[in-house]
Parts: sequence; structure tokens; C-alpha cells
Amino acid sequence: MPARSKPRSQDAKPESNRGRPSRARGRRVYLISGGVTKFAKAHPAMDFRLMVKKAYDYAMKDVPNLTADRIDGTRISYFSDHFARQLKAASMVQDYLGMNPKGSVRLEWGGATGGECVQAAYEAVASGRMDVCLAAGFETMSRVPTWKGNEFIALASDTNFDFPLGGFYTGYYALMVQRHIYEYLRLGKFAGIKDEREAQRKAIAEGGRIMSLVSVKNHRNALHNPYAQYPKRLTVEDVLNSEMISYPLTREQICTMSDGAACVVVCDESHAKEFTDKPVEITGVGCGTDTMRLADRPFGHVPLLPHESAKGYENLPYPGVHSFRAGRTAGIEAYRMAGITKPMEELDFVELHDAYASSEIQTYEDLGLCRYGEGYDFVERGDPFLKGIDYGFPVPHAGRIPVNPSGGLIACGHPVGATGLMQAVFAFWQLQGTIPKHFGDPTLQLEKPRGGAIHSHAGTGSAVTVSILERGFR
Amino acid sequence: MTARPPSYTKFRDVQAELDRSGAAIYRDADGVESLLIRSPYTINYVHSYAEDSPFFLGLAEGRLRGSKCRKPKCGFVYGTPRSHCMVCGAPTEWIDLPPKGRVHSWTTCHFGGEAFLKETPYNLALVEFDGVGSLLLVRLKDCTESEIYVGMPIEARFATNVKYSVTDVWFVPSK
Repeated sequence: MPARSKPRSQDAKPESNRGRPSRARGRRVYLISGGVTKFAKAHPAMDFRLMVKKAYDYAMKDVPNLTADRIDGTRISYFSDHFARQLKAASMVQDYLGMNPKGSVRLEWGGATGGECVQAAYEAVASGRMDVCLAAGFETMSRVPTWKGNEFIALASDTNFDFPLGGFYTGYYALMVQRHIYEYLRLGKFAGIKDEREAQRKAIAEGGRIMSLVSVKNHRNALHNPYAQYPKRLTVEDVLNSEMISYPLTREQICTMSDGAACVVVCDESHAKEFTDKPVEITGVGCGTDTMRLADRPFGHVPLLPHESAKGYENLPYPGVHSFRAGRTAGIEAYRMAGITKPMEELDFVELHDAYASSEIQTYEDLGLCRYGEGYDFVERGDPFLKGIDYGFPVPHAGRIPVNPSGGLIACGHPVGATGLMQAVFAFWQLQGTIPKHFGDPTLQLEKPRGGAIHSHAGTGSAVTVSILERGFR
Repeated sequence: MTARPPSYTKFRDVQAELDRSGAAIYRDADGVESLLIRSPYTINYVHSYAEDSPFFLGLAEGRLRGSKCRKPKCGFVYGTPRSHCMVCGAPTEWIDLPPKGRVHSWTTCHFGGEAFLKETPYNLALVEFDGVGSLLLVRLKDCTESEIYVGMPIEARFATNVKYSVTDVWFVPSK
């Protein structure tokens, strides 16, 4: 067995986050409504303005006491001017919705664009600048061919050193999961195999099999979500046998490009009470970042969550390219603000950014749903699966902490600027207990959930947001 | 030219028509029609390597260069060069990287951005070097998916017909 190289440390000591005081916070902030357009490969009959308008009208209809004149301003997000081929597209949304001359800002932060938009609206209200803020996002990715779209997305990698090698994000995530598999499966349950190549092959096959369980989960959950782009009754074999895109990631382990829009209405406590009897409070927000290039990620120590010990992490070079330090950082900040010390016990579900089945597994660990290295076992035990859904294989721990009960990005689609807002809408409905009403199907509604997390993630983990949502009514 | 472009109910057919004639109508399930046109977009950017230039000029001379923090107490060595140290903020100096390294992680891409599809399949590898604190992303050639493994010794090769791109260097398995 090869020796794990000693961490080439850039930060001197393992960091403990225990016992730090929570940061000062502003006014309490609530979600009171949301809307989503059905995500689709293409919506040729709607441009981005009409998509946002439809999501907005849906949200307004759900809170009849709220009229447009009560909205103080907006935060609008979309990822790429390349896809839109319309600069200042957010200005066109603002005027199509009739929001002029109210204040507005456009948000862009790669794949985390939608999550940033939710947090920008949170900040507008928490600070007292606005009482009622509309956060809306969209993307129209169908206007270019898929592989040109991949090229556009890869322009969100370093154009000196990374882009010219292939212009391909799936390649970058494949590099990350290959190292994750090496650290935790090759050096974990396959540590006893002497032949290095044989051990690595077996570890990769095992990693691919377990990633397929995640893909089956999300696609089958989505069978009960009418907004999802690709609900499918897949089997593990279907996933493994789908086209190889970048080894070991297959087509069914990767989200697709989409057209779509989503929005939420955010407000302070007194307005929340005026407009709804089922508000959902945003109790914590966090954001982390990391280097643009994978090659520059440090080999330091794991920043610990309150419930974690450093035992077992002594020789783990962190984050390297196997984990998302930005996700861990965002989780630490959001949990601290919300007062969460045991996420597995205090959260009832998580909607996270599963652009790849691999990054869903990596994110369980970043968010402390399990320890680093336990993500594969976490899936095999069934912890992130829903109770009462037939996945075609046993899930003994189903229901412990459902992850992506909506179907996630893999099954719902990923119109980048809308995605983080879609997660906010689905989590909001989940906490309100209104999934049966909005989905027309009660299957995905959890029983009286109290709190959930949403997680939005930009290119190879260069920026991540985590927001904690809690039921704001009895 | 006809006054009204052909109409389709499938987006795929609309795309094909745009490639043929440049205009098409999409009719959705409710019978609502949308007019779509082909809209080309090409541009030649001036791409300056700016402070990274010595790396790319080095490749043309068959030199693979990293950088090292000038501050003695820090001295961090970068496998992908940068002109200021990310750890302490001090300026860095150019150094030659070791000619040989190991695979830190790898993949074989069967697809890629549109401009790279014709090159598929190709291998990407993150290279680790002894005594160097960060990695370098490269193409890995002369080996296939079934032969590559983490820890595999590899070494640099340089283009003779230089393109002044990071692809002027690639790695191959060490003999």
C-alpha cells in the first residue's frame, strides 16, 4: 500500500470552530412565497423574461395579500452573458415584471449564482434596506449546441492554464472524484490489495457503482416532482451502462443543460405575518470560496464542524482535489449562525448541488452529514434516501436525512442562474408542508420537517453557498 | 426566399432547419408559434498571458517553469506558476520544475468543449512533483485508460511546432 504523502501544509494548525460566538445578525428574514417554471431542454416559445414572469406570477398568486407595489426591490441572477447573448438581461427582467424604477442588482457567481441571489435578498432585508425583496433567476442554455454550451461553461475555468486542455467541466469533476476514490476507497476498504493497479481498478468500479445509487435515487425521487426535467425509473445497470463522458463519470451521473426560471419572495417578520400564515425563516447563511484552478488547492488540515473530532484526519491532506473546502467553509458559517451543532440531528433534509453524482457524495462530507471518507458507506446504508420509494435495492437507513428529495440537479435540470432559487422554492414548500399542493402529489412531502439546508456550488467548488431554512410557524 | 419559414414541432428539427436556411418556426403543443433565426457569433480576442508569459515562452524553449515565493520564511513552490504568493502575498521568482513527476489524479475525456471534440478521447492528469507544493494540469499521452493509475511516474514532452498554448507541453509515462 502506498504511503499517503504528508500534508504540505499551508495553514499551521487544525482549526476548531467550537465555541466561537455567532456573528452579529440583522433583522429576522423569512421566505413567504416561491415559483418555478418547469425546467426543460428548451423553451423555444419563451425567452428569459417570460420564464421569470411565469415563476413570479405563480409566487404572487400564492400570497394574494402581496401586491407588486409592496415589493421594495429585486435581486436578479443569471450565470452567463454567453448563453443569454444579451448583456444586462436582468434589466430586461426588471422592466418586464414592471419593477422599474425600484432598485435591483444582478448576481453572478458561477454555478452558485442562484444561491448567491437568495443570500443577496436575505442581506437586503436583514440590513433593513428593504422590507420585501424579490429574488429571481433564470438561464436559457438551449440557444447553443450542447458541446458549445460545455465550452461556455468551461470558460469559467482558468483560460491560461485549464481551458485550452479540453474546455470541459465534466473532466475537472472526474479528476476530483478519481482522487476522492483513491483517498477513501483505495486507501480505505481496498487497502489490503497489494497490486496497485488492481486495487485502483476495483476502487474505481466500486465508486462508480455507489455513484449510480445516487443517480437512481435522484431520478426516482423526481418521478413525483412535476417540475423535474428528467424523472426516470433507472436501475444501477442503466446508469453504469450509459455513455462514458469522462472516466469514470457516465451520462446518467451528470446533470444536463436546461432552460428555466425560479423566484422567491423574502421579507422581514412583520411583513411575513401580514402575507402568510406559513412563513419559513432563513436562520443561517454561509459562503466559502476556493482557488479557481484545481492545481492550486492546498494540502492543509480539515476545518472541523462542532460535532467532529480531528481523530483520523491527521494524515489527510485537505482539501487537495478530493473535497470542497468552500462547501465546508459555507457549512461552518451557516451552521454557526443558525446554532446548528449536530447537522444530522437538527436538519430534516438537504437540497444540495448534485451537478455530478460524485459531488453529491463529496458534499455529504463537506456538510458533516458524515465524516470525510464515509460518503460511500453513507449512500450504501441508505441515509440520504426517502422512505416509501422503491429504488430497486435495499436502503436500510432510508429517511434518516433525505438528500435531494426533489430529484436535485441530476433529475430536475440545471438552468444555472435559476438552480439555487429552485432549491430554495422546493425547500420552502417542503417546510411549509405544501408539496402536495404544488406538486399535485404528496409522495415527496416529509412529515412536519422543522429545518433544511440548501447548498449552491460554483465550478469545481470555487464558491459555495449554504443557507439554513426553518419552519417559521407552529 | 419564401415569406414564411418552415414550421416544426420538435426543437431538434428547428435546429436542423436553422443550420440549413437560417430561419424556422417552432410550434408548441398549444399551437403558439415562435420565430427563430440563426445568429452567428465569432470574434478574435487579444489574449494576453501578461504576468504568466514567461511560462508560455519557456514552453517554446522546452522549459517547464513553476514559481517560488521570494520571502525566505515562506518559500512556497508552485507547480502552476503565479507571480505573487497565495500564502503570504510576496512576489515570486521563476524556477524550473523537475522534468519528472507522478499522476496525482487523472481522467479520460470522451467528450469535451466543442473546439476539442475532434481530439477525443484524451487524458487529463494533475501532476505532483517532488519538492513542489501545488500541482499542474496537463494532457497525458502515449497511454490509455486501462494503463493509467494514481502515482504513475510521468515526464514532460514539448512541442516542436509551438502554438504558445499550455498544450505545448504534455506528459508521457516514464520508461
